Amino acid sequence: MRSVIDILDLSLPELDALIAAAEDIIAHPDDYADACRRKKLATLFFEPSTRTRLSFEAAMYELGGNVLSVAGGNTSSAAKGESVADTVKTVSCYADIIAMRHPKEGAALVAANNAKVPVINAGDGGHCHPTQTLADLLTIYREKGGFTGLTVGLCGDLKFGRTVHSLINALSRWSGNRFVLISPEELKAPSYVKTEALKKHGVPYTQTTDLESVMPELDILYMTRVQRERFFNEEDYLRLKDSYILTPEKLKNAKKDLAIMHPLPRVNEISVAIDDDPRACYFKQVLNGKYMRMALILMLLKEAGTI
Amino acid sequence: MNIDSIHNGVVIDHITAGSGMRLYDLLGLDRTDLSVAIIRNVNSHKMGKKDIIKIDADIDVNLDVIGYVDPGATVNIIKDGVLAEKKAIDMPELLHGVIKCKNPRCITGVEQELQHVFRLTDRQKKEYRCVYCETKAQ
Repeated sequence: MRSVIDILDLSLPELDALIAAAEDIIAHPDDYADACRRKKLATLFFEPSTRTRLSFEAAMYELGGNVLSVAGGNTSSAAKGESVADTVKTVSCYADIIAMRHPKEGAALVAANNAKVPVINAGDGGHCHPTQTLADLLTIYREKGGFTGLTVGLCGDLKFGRTVHSLINALSRWSGNRFVLISPEELKAPSYVKTEALKKHGVPYTQTTDLESVMPELDILYMTRVQRERFFNEEDYLRLKDSYILTPEKLKNAKKDLAIMHPLPRVNEISVAIDDDPRACYFKQVLNGKYMRMALILMLLKEAGTI
Repeated sequence: MNIDSIHNGVVIDHITAGSGMRLYDLLGLDRTDLSVAIIRNVNSHKMGKKDIIKIDADIDVNLDVIGYVDPGATVNIIKDGVLAEKKAIDMPELLHGVIKCKNPRCITGVEQELQHVFRLTDRQKKEYRCVYCETKAQ
């Protein structure tokens, strides 16, 4: 049974196909209104979420399907200590496809290994978040026309930021891109991301703590939140949380066609004064995420022979 | 120093000096009542110093464990006092239930009876990572 746990589970031709499908959904939404009729998506969210869960649910409804939902570990048998394996074996009896978010890294792989239906990883701790990357890729495609020759700045929490890890993995597979990794020393990208994605594909990258000095180089600036929930020590969080706050002043040397992205939610790392800047793309990402999740649900249900 | 030769059993030779005890532990030999000799810092023409483990019993040793700890080691099967077979040792692509993931955020720390599995990610550096969270084995 095919599941999507990591963005690397999808080949480049499959990513191209998903983007093409999403574009077709955007152009002809009525053609897809009954594509998943009588099919059920289970959204199992054992960690808080607004966008991702609603995006999956909106995606399934727009495909004519239905949704079963567990929101918050406290409302399911997970609170009684039920394992991930037992949970998905149970949910497989009710649903045709599962989207799961869990605070533990690797939980999605455990789910995929035990479910009888396709599993989509909707975030497993600080590890992976492939459907956010699909949203990011469609946004980059629509803003930049492709995935090559880009200088991509990733700023903020690059250590625990799962969206960053997935995006680096994805964009490293296209040629001609360059990464600028902007973070405090304590929140630098993990070595495995650098060795298995950037170095493996020979992708040039630089690391810096200074956002403004690299701003003029960037085609894309991907801001991230310093995530309180990833810290064991509150003092460390308080010390690092305001490391980078993007303001109109800091954008004065940025390119005119810079794409400012953020997986959301933001706390204060992008000033609301930037929301009306035409370069701000973060709410476009939200919408694009729904279309890519529709495309992914369709792809997995077709491969499973469910539709 | 003399160690009796074994009649039927296993000799793990050419172990990097200092790795013998770790291999003994990871092979679970400490949890058996078999006759086992761990010989440390033996002079070796090829290696300078080496460790050797002799197991006086015809058992199946986990070659993946040996490949993980010391892929340069050799495994000789002794039957009726003579060398019957030399086993090839290689670093395993996957390592099941041998070492534990130390990442407190990993699902392996909470999921019931979930076996810890590591994948070889860099053969030159002998680097293994947890298949669940990708944390490097320590």
